[in-house]
Amino acid sequence: MIAIASNSRRVRRIEGVIFWLLRLATYFILACATYIFLDIGIKGSRTVFTSTPPFINLPFLTEPPQTLYVFAYEGKKMTLSDRQFRQWKVEHAGTEVEASSIAYSAGGIWPCIVGTALLVIGSMALALGIGISSAIYLSEYSRNGRLIRLVRIAILNLAGVPSIVFGLFGFGLFVIFFGWNVSLIAGWFTLGLMVLPAIITASEESLRAVPQGLREGSLALGASKWQTIRKNVLPYAMPGILTSSILGIARVAGETAPIMFTAAYAMKDEMPWQVAHWTDFFFQGVMALPYHIYVVSSKIPQNEYTERVQYGSAFVFLFLVMLIALTSIVLRERSRSRLSW
Amino acid sequence: MVSVAEMPEITSPIIVNQPEPIPKSEIERGMIEIEQLDFKYGAHQVLHDVTLSIPARAVTAFIGPSGCGKTTLLRCLNRMNDLIDSAHITRGSIRIEGIDINAPGVDVVDLRRRVGMVFQKSNPFPKSIFDNVAYGLRIAGVTKRTLIDEAVEKSLRSSALWEEVKDRLHVSGYGLSGGQQQRLCIARALAVEPEIVLMDEPCSALDPIATAKVEELIRQLKEQYTIVIVTHNMQQAGRCSDHTAFFYLGRLIEFDGTAKIFSNPAQRQTEEYITGRFG
Repeated sequence: MIAIASNSRRVRRIEGVIFWLLRLATYFILACATYIFLDIGIKGSRTVFTSTPPFINLPFLTEPPQTLYVFAYEGKKMTLSDRQFRQWKVEHAGTEVEASSIAYSAGGIWPCIVGTALLVIGSMALALGIGISSAIYLSEYSRNGRLIRLVRIAILNLAGVPSIVFGLFGFGLFVIFFGWNVSLIAGWFTLGLMVLPAIITASEESLRAVPQGLREGSLALGASKWQTIRKNVLPYAMPGILTSSILGIARVAGETAPIMFTAAYAMKDEMPWQVAHWTDFFFQGVMALPYHIYVVSSKIPQNEYTERVQYGSAFVFLFLVMLIALTSIVLRERSRSRLSW
Repeated sequence: MVSVAEMPEITSPIIVNQPEPIPKSEIERGMIEIEQLDFKYGAHQVLHDVTLSIPARAVTAFIGPSGCGKTTLLRCLNRMNDLIDSAHITRGSIRIEGIDINAPGVDVVDLRRRVGMVFQKSNPFPKSIFDNVAYGLRIAGVTKRTLIDEAVEKSLRSSALWEEVKDRLHVSGYGLSGGQQQRLCIARALAVEPEIVLMDEPCSALDPIATAKVEELIRQLKEQYTIVIVTHNMQQAGRCSDHTAFFYLGRLIEFDGTAKIFSNPAQRQTEEYITGRFG
């Protein structure tokens, strides 16, 4: 009896310790996330929002990055963007000033937003096309043989490959071997390959979630296999495929490593649509948000003037990713309520 | 091909009571002849030497305890077992209107259009009632609106559902009750004008009132269609079938008129099953 009593006391003590360990781990994550969001939110909103109408810093969102010029003039400290500085020099002709220049720290991030959007659209179109096709093959057509098991293992392994390896692979294959140079199309293929495993897995799951009875019902009415898939399986799997793909979008938009060798330019003066010939569109490098954040926070000398762009870009970037995630949740809830079996 | 009449003596020790052997010359629309059929899932043999002639425009019930192969046999009739990788007919043949349905040249899509199927679990598509019934027609390439409209109305009338749904043809089939869903599936099968309708325990998930409606429907449909129904429910077989086949452990034990099977079966196993001593 005594032994049992002491044992139960020990069990209770362990129970209490475990409870607090688990609880602390959870709160630790919460604290980290809160710190990151608050830091970026507060400092970033100083760049993105203004105290006067329209309350949003439109030039930051609609202008290309510019070099910031800082100098003293008549006892005042001036901070002017490239364009403003040139105009100022015209207005104050004859005045010599000693200006220090800080790269990318004035102007905005418009080309980066556009570039990221282009990279996302192209790579997702590619990944969805290939991914859904192979998911249909795997879940509807293939027999579970040794080869298919091998394919599945390959897909799983592909999902585990670090993104920098994808970047180098894309650099070797698309940029150098295919001779596409640093270009949108090389970025599309590299990013597309990177999210392919996630898309195949998600699509296969969505396809499998469609009840077998719907396939049999359709086949029993004299539909061919492809007719059955197209009319009575894929339409019901599509919402699931698309919502899980939206999370893939967040990944494609966010990765820096795959595009730094294949598609991203640190600075480019023309917008992507300013090309001589339409085919040039695919073979041009673009600016991209994650790469821009990387450049402004590690490739230029840091000082009190660089923070503005760093936090502003991070804030816009986080906001976009959150928007994508939110869309995916809303879409999922909608499709769930419409299709239930 | 050998007709049932010319067939050699069945080597199986079990005596099969064929009601009326059908001579080859009288090939009827919707007639099914199964001959010495063996069927395996991988190494596991599910059907042993089944020989059976299913008469046209009548209701034939397959009865027997779970696992006796009756559903497997039913699914052989429209080659639904093709969907299962390891499942094969290893011997024998199935002829519908005299044509071996497993012959290499047979178009399985065409076969399934002629041999409709209603499943145990009602499986309306997540589409409107109208689109559910029109599905088979559209698949078959019918595009003319008036033709589809007519066929949908006709099928819904045949399945005794028209009066209940005519005002809400464009709402989802999922909004219907269980019994209505099953009748919708029957309407969907009838819309492509099959010759044979296979029913795999169509009432197992329905309440008694819905069951009575579907059974009434089955009795009406036999005017036009050959109906094969798998059922666990002895009373149901008794109420709505003309012929009954009793299966046990993958073998056809007895096949005869339903009245005969239920009043005076020739085999002891049949009698024991029917009186509820096993199964």
